[in-house]
Amino acid sequence: MAGQISGSRPGHEAIGAAITAASARGEPAIVGFLTAGFPKRERFREDLARVASAADVVEIGVPFTDPMADGMTIQRASHAALAQGVSLAWILAELTALAPRPKAPLLVMSYLNPLLAYGLDRLPSAARAAGIAGVIVPDLPFEECADLKRALEAEGVGLVQMVTPVTPPERLAMLCAAAQGFIYAVTMTGTTGKSVAVPDDVLEYLARVKAVAPIPVCAGFGIRAPEQVARLKGHVDGVVVGSALVEVLERGDDPVAFLNGLRTTR
Amino acid sequence: MATALESGDAGALLSRELAGDFPDLRGRYGPYGGRFVPETLMPALDRLDAGVRRWLKDPAFVAELEDQLTTWVGRPTPLTYAATLSQRWGAEVYLKREDLAHTGAHKINNAIGQALLAKRLGAMRIVAETGAGQHGVASAAACARLGLPCTVYMGAIDIERQAPNVGRMKLLGATVVPVTAGDQTLRAAIDEALRDWVSDPNGTYYMIGSVVGPHPYPYLVRELQAVIGRESRAQMARQAGGLPHAVFACVGGGSNSIGMFHPFIGDRDVQLVGVEAGGRGPKLGDNSATLTLGSPGVLQGCYSMLLQDENGQIQETHSVSAGLDYPGVGPEHALLMAAHRVRYEYATDDEALESLAECCAAEGIITAIESAHAFASARKWAATHPRGRILICLSGRGDKDMPTLQKTLLKGKL
Repeated sequence: MAGQISGSRPGHEAIGAAITAASARGEPAIVGFLTAGFPKRERFREDLARVASAADVVEIGVPFTDPMADGMTIQRASHAALAQGVSLAWILAELTALAPRPKAPLLVMSYLNPLLAYGLDRLPSAARAAGIAGVIVPDLPFEECADLKRALEAEGVGLVQMVTPVTPPERLAMLCAAAQGFIYAVTMTGTTGKSVAVPDDVLEYLARVKAVAPIPVCAGFGIRAPEQVARLKGHVDGVVVGSALVEVLERGDDPVAFLNGLRTTR
Repeated sequence: MATALESGDAGALLSRELAGDFPDLRGRYGPYGGRFVPETLMPALDRLDAGVRRWLKDPAFVAELEDQLTTWVGRPTPLTYAATLSQRWGAEVYLKREDLAHTGAHKINNAIGQALLAKRLGAMRIVAETGAGQHGVASAAACARLGLPCTVYMGAIDIERQAPNVGRMKLLGATVVPVTAGDQTLRAAIDEALRDWVSDPNGTYYMIGSVVGPHPYPYLVRELQAVIGRESRAQMARQAGGLPHAVFACVGGGSNSIGMFHPFIGDRDVQLVGVEAGGRGPKLGDNSATLTLGSPGVLQGCYSMLLQDENGQIQETHSVSAGLDYPGVGPEHALLMAAHRVRYEYATDDEALESLAECCAAEGIITAIESAHAFASARKWAATHPRGRILICLSGRGDKDMPTLQKTLLKGKL
């Protein structure tokens, strides 16, 4: 059984604790994203271990044929992973067999249909057995999430909610109240991967999220440079780094150096 | 979340459908439908839903739509008695002539309606997807008519096989964006249109072309296409002396068929038959017969029937007709199948092409390859129902299919 969700503490509390601990050290926590099995299926455990050694939380992407919230990088990574036979069942088996277990809590990001095909009845216990602390489902809005959230909760697995710059105030409050683990504040309207300059209105939006968030807030979509992380410091508890990290792995560069490099600007 | 259907639910679902309970407040048709989109789009869908409620039944809006349909689209479209097919099949065959609507297919009914709505909602620009190109042309025309900038996403494969429509869209002022990602057909085009919309959910209006996608689109498009069935019902009574015994329409996403079927759902003696693309055969990947051969799941915003593998990955599909080449289907069709109100079957590529040729020779009409699928099923039905009265939705004309027809029916004949 996974260390981070042993005992009575639910996994999503471990996520929040990891983010809070990192941001208490004066830098936004880093949630590192990788598409499972990309670039090479055989290297998944090794890539995961390297990312987990430098990130505070790791988000593992389940590839899907139609990733409508994702830009070119994650589309490309998803199709390449699928072509190598990566599936949710394979990912869960790989994670269950991980030894040693990474210190960083693990999240899984999946579009809804692969979860439905796996079976929402058997997903929560399988996720727990695989040491998964939380789940992100980008095409499952709050109105449709109650059953999955309840089922995951029974196994101590959290369901992360996303909020966006166009989320109206009342909805923002509702989503923040329901969120577990952290609140995923999407920095822009658009798909993942495009670079964001972090203008003042993004900081104002993040301040609105922080004001109503009972748990840590992480900014994501388009975060790829230390200057952005420096600009976000003090405004959020963490950042999600996705497409840029996937590109580092794709090029065969060192993910540890890349992730540590995001923290060096003060 | 979605719940599995219990056996024995069919009667209850049909009663609720007939009572007008669907879509319900969550946009569900029984277990199907709903909204499965990124959070960024939820406020836009809420605004669209409010706009649909505000305007769709508003007398001034209805009058403006009626005027466009009458004076610009060319409605009502005729009902044609197909004398030679009737004789050959031993039946009474009537054709609802959506091919005679402006731009050559039923798609214009939806496009002009949504363009009027987009204006009311203050949209700055329109994005649309297209498979066969008919919705793209209809969107481009409606946007030109109302002065709205229009961008159409189209799969690279479809751009090749429906080349005449690409030129028409450009002439009508639309920007056509080729989609080289994914399967390079309609599904990939919808993914790209959704990504565009996610980038500007406040200023952009997504003009979806079929009864698919998140609520309220399946409802909105059905309401705009139901004019097909309403006109047909009245024309059959007037010209044929009674309702048809059986109605046939092709089903890709399912907009011409839902538009044709919906006004007949309460007529329990009228058989409704939806005809999917059987492609090369029933093997996964060889067809687009979503209802007949698929399983439930979530794709592009709604819970419906899908062609997918055991891991929930969407399968590439095949059909000789670009407009039917789609692995999903409208949620109301999934409901009508579960409620046993509409029978869904498929016609293969070869059967459709054969029927297309037969209609050309018999009636002097080149149907779209999509619509020819409905003819193929109707002919089979006629063989076991002597003197049956048949209504076929001739959803579009085949001019756009010339590149495909050159490689199939006309191969070696020129």
